[in-house]
Amino acid sequence: MSATAESPQKLTKKELSADHPTWCPGCGDFAVLASFFKVLEKLQIPHEKICTIAGIGCSSRFPYFVNGHGVHFIHGRALPFASAVSLSRPDLHVFAFGGDGDGYSIGGNHLDHAARKNINLTYVVMDNFVYGLTKKQTSPTSPTGFKSKTDPAGSIDQPINPMRKLVSNGASFVARSHASQVKHMMEMFERAILHPGFSVVEVLSECVIFYPGAFDSGNPRKGGEFAEIDEKKWDNSSEDETRHDTTSVEAAFRLASEPFPGKFGVYLEVDRPTKNQLEQKWIDSSREKTKNASAKDLLSKRFAMMK
Amino acid sequence: MSATASPAPKATDDSTSGELPPAGDLQNAVIRFAGNSQDGIQTIGGLLAKLAGRSAREVMTYMTIPSTISGGPSIFQVHLGSGEVLSPGDESDFLIAFYQHSYDNHVSSLREGGVCIYDSDNVTPDPEANPGCQHVGVAITSTTVEALGGSRDRGKNLFVLGLITQLFKLDREKLVSLLERQFGGKGEEVLRNAMLAFDAGFAYQLGRDVIRQSYALREGISLDTDRIATDGNTAMLYGLIVGGIRHGAGYPITPWSPIMEGLRAELPKYGGLFVQAEDELAAVAMALGFSYAGHLSVTGSSGPGLSLKMEALSYGTMAELPLVVINVQRGGPSTGLPTSVEQSDLFQALYGSHGDSPRIVLAPKNVEDCFYTAIEACELARKYSCPVIVLTDQALATRVEAFREPNLDECLIESPPALETRGEEFKPYPLDGETRHAPPGTRMTGGKYPVVTGLEHDEWGHPSGSPEMHQRMNARRRDKLKRLADEIPAPNVFGEESGDVLLVGWGSTWGPIREATKRAQASGDSVSCVHLRHLNPLPGGLEDIFARFSHVLVVEMNDEGLYGFGQLTSLLRARYCDPKIRSICKTDGLTFKIREILDGIELHRHA
Ligand SMILES: Cc1ncc(C[n+]2csc(CCOP(=O)(O)OP(=O)(O)O)c2C)c(N)n1
Ligand code: SF4
Ligand SMILES: [Mg+2]
Repeated sequence: MSATAESPQKLTKKELSADHPTWCPGCGDFAVLASFFKVLEKLQIPHEKICTIAGIGCSSRFPYFVNGHGVHFIHGRALPFASAVSLSRPDLHVFAFGGDGDGYSIGGNHLDHAARKNINLTYVVMDNFVYGLTKKQTSPTSPTGFKSKTDPAGSIDQPINPMRKLVSNGASFVARSHASQVKHMMEMFERAILHPGFSVVEVLSECVIFYPGAFDSGNPRKGGEFAEIDEKKWDNSSEDETRHDTTSVEAAFRLASEPFPGKFGVYLEVDRPTKNQLEQKWIDSSREKTKNASAKDLLSKRFAMMK
Repeated sequence: MSATASPAPKATDDSTSGELPPAGDLQNAVIRFAGNSQDGIQTIGGLLAKLAGRSAREVMTYMTIPSTISGGPSIFQVHLGSGEVLSPGDESDFLIAFYQHSYDNHVSSLREGGVCIYDSDNVTPDPEANPGCQHVGVAITSTTVEALGGSRDRGKNLFVLGLITQLFKLDREKLVSLLERQFGGKGEEVLRNAMLAFDAGFAYQLGRDVIRQSYALREGISLDTDRIATDGNTAMLYGLIVGGIRHGAGYPITPWSPIMEGLRAELPKYGGLFVQAEDELAAVAMALGFSYAGHLSVTGSSGPGLSLKMEALSYGTMAELPLVVINVQRGGPSTGLPTSVEQSDLFQALYGSHGDSPRIVLAPKNVEDCFYTAIEACELARKYSCPVIVLTDQALATRVEAFREPNLDECLIESPPALETRGEEFKPYPLDGETRHAPPGTRMTGGKYPVVTGLEHDEWGHPSGSPEMHQRMNARRRDKLKRLADEIPAPNVFGEESGDVLLVGWGSTWGPIREATKRAQASGDSVSCVHLRHLNPLPGGLEDIFARFSHVLVVEMNDEGLYGFGQLTSLLRARYCDPKIRSICKTDGLTFKIREILDGIELHRHA
């Protein structure tokens, strides 16, 4: 291999940008994309190893706007698809993107299972509390009373609490951010990417067309408050006692139960073997038991047992 | 205590009347074992099939199992023969009835002059129930218990195997070596008990009238090749591995589960991985994910689960991702008859998805063909880069057959992801060429990376809403299957190349159709048959074959529908616009009897 092949040119936003996003001007998802680019620039992941996968929705168009290997799959099923890519290709960095409908409604079950299996990938949910692509129907995170085309008199069903869902289903890294806070998003994305296991970042990302102002209460520029989590520093100080312990599920549940707009930052960050590791361990021990036999030898032996 | 040392117990010979099966050398014998599912009667079938594989004889087994986990009636039918065995047998020559309910439900399946061996510890025979058969009472339970010196009645199956070995003068030595291999790994005690039960059955003195007959099976033509014996699901599973499958995902459902359980246990040995998904939607999504990542993969299910995979399968067609989908058909709709056989998923396989989503559909004809169809499915999925659905069924899945050991040098495929760098000219979907993906991890020297999408797209995979592009891409996805059609040879006609009746079959009806054809031919009737492995696309040349017969009758295990035609019949009628194509259909959850096919022919002739 030549020296140039070993040290390819530095990856910048220029190489990473693909089609110009088709989102509405002002859509929160633009900032999510910009933060993602900045983190990739910082981490310098080899270009061909970047793989972004999404379902269907405005937010799920994400892969078209990233110049990397990408998949625009079907509504709600990005996570199982991405899980298989992650499990069979440890060389890749696998990212899944989507919206609240895609991830918490039609794909809600898959989220639970990808999280409990602790599949090594990073998942970013652009939660706008509404179905954007299909033009304003109630979403699983729409607050009660939200007037949509499917709830003209105001939504009546209790919304999902995404943070509680994520903490309880076993995700090993759970964070929350706001699309108006690029620096914060970058920090969350970077920590999520570096976390070994299933890492998810829930981003409040405004749909300026169908739910304008939904997240103003978390945006200082709109008169709200962006309250960051004060994480424990483990410095034995007295202040540290009241700080948030990111390894505690109970503490994460307490944060998740705060009234809207709640806190932003890392809710949970625990070390737990990934399915990738556990499956590989099984593969390795199986190979060892068969003394690395070739496929032909394994099959011949199997046929001998059938005689 | 040795079973042979004590004076062997004697059968109660209370035969009422009727002729015994012909003495001397038998060509075929159909033996039905009727008991409960936990009695291990399938073990007998498996061992007899292996014995047949070693003895130049043929065996076909036929199993019905209850859908409950344990307990409940279960039957296993073995058709042993010295010649070609094509069907499980319409009627049985021998019935082994373990319980009263087994006796009551199955004594009528015995042919005139057949022999009913019943467990005299459990069964009170009713001479009126089938006056044409001979009854032989054998104390199966108590003799087994006594032989094993315990109180539990496990081992009755091996006792019966010993009895059968004695009755048919089977090769005892070979059976003993098979028993040693099957039970040897499970500990000395288990093996000893197995041998005790087997020997007790072998030494058991049957009644005079029975013993007077010799039921020895004629030796078949000696085969110099190695043969293996297994069931259709296992043959399918190893076919997939030989075809190069190393990854997959599934969700349990009868009768597909054994394939996924096998893949889950086997693939890690080959460095691969099979994932149990949370549902079928996830299973097919994962399978597509593996394929996208460069590893041709498999998912599978039975009817209801295949329905759940349909949305993702049309993504497979649109994005042109290779995928193998195994569907083990059972009786439907809905939960239907989960442990019975049916061929009612053909339309679902062909047309179950939304939009125009052509895909390849194949069906294996017997256990051996499960192996080779799986390999072909892998090859076609790779070559045409699209989903391939394999329609097997419950009967094929569970029955055991012996066949020639596959030659791995000829069929083994290994195909790791193709990650070589792609140049600037890279186009995944050229309008005038073959689909070629660049799996993730591939470096693109042009600097532009591909996004695989379910939206209509152009040659580079860019979404395109252009009406013209949709037309052209639809044509592209359709034309590649038409190219495949040109490659499939026309099926062989079995029998005369022209004549009165042509029977057409697909899937597991191959054996019964062929046997019915042979029987009709033997009585001088003009009947031939063809069998289709490729259901989408259909092979070329069928039109010419059909033209040479007065009646074209499609035999299939599904409903005749609103218009009087089964699913393949409807397809063939639509394709060839030929009104002489008609159906012999049924949906009783059982494989075709030869008689039913012959009666069907007569019905159509006089219609
Ligand atoms: C199987 C299926 N059902 C429904 C749809 C229609 N659909 C597309 S996107 C969407 C909702 C998207 O909402 P969300 O995931 O919140 O994304 P957003 O557009 O708000 O970013 C729906 C219902 C579909 N594409 N596929
Ligand atoms: S509809 Fe809403 S979510 Fe969709 S692009 Fe426009 S602003 Fe964004
Ligand atoms: Mg949304």
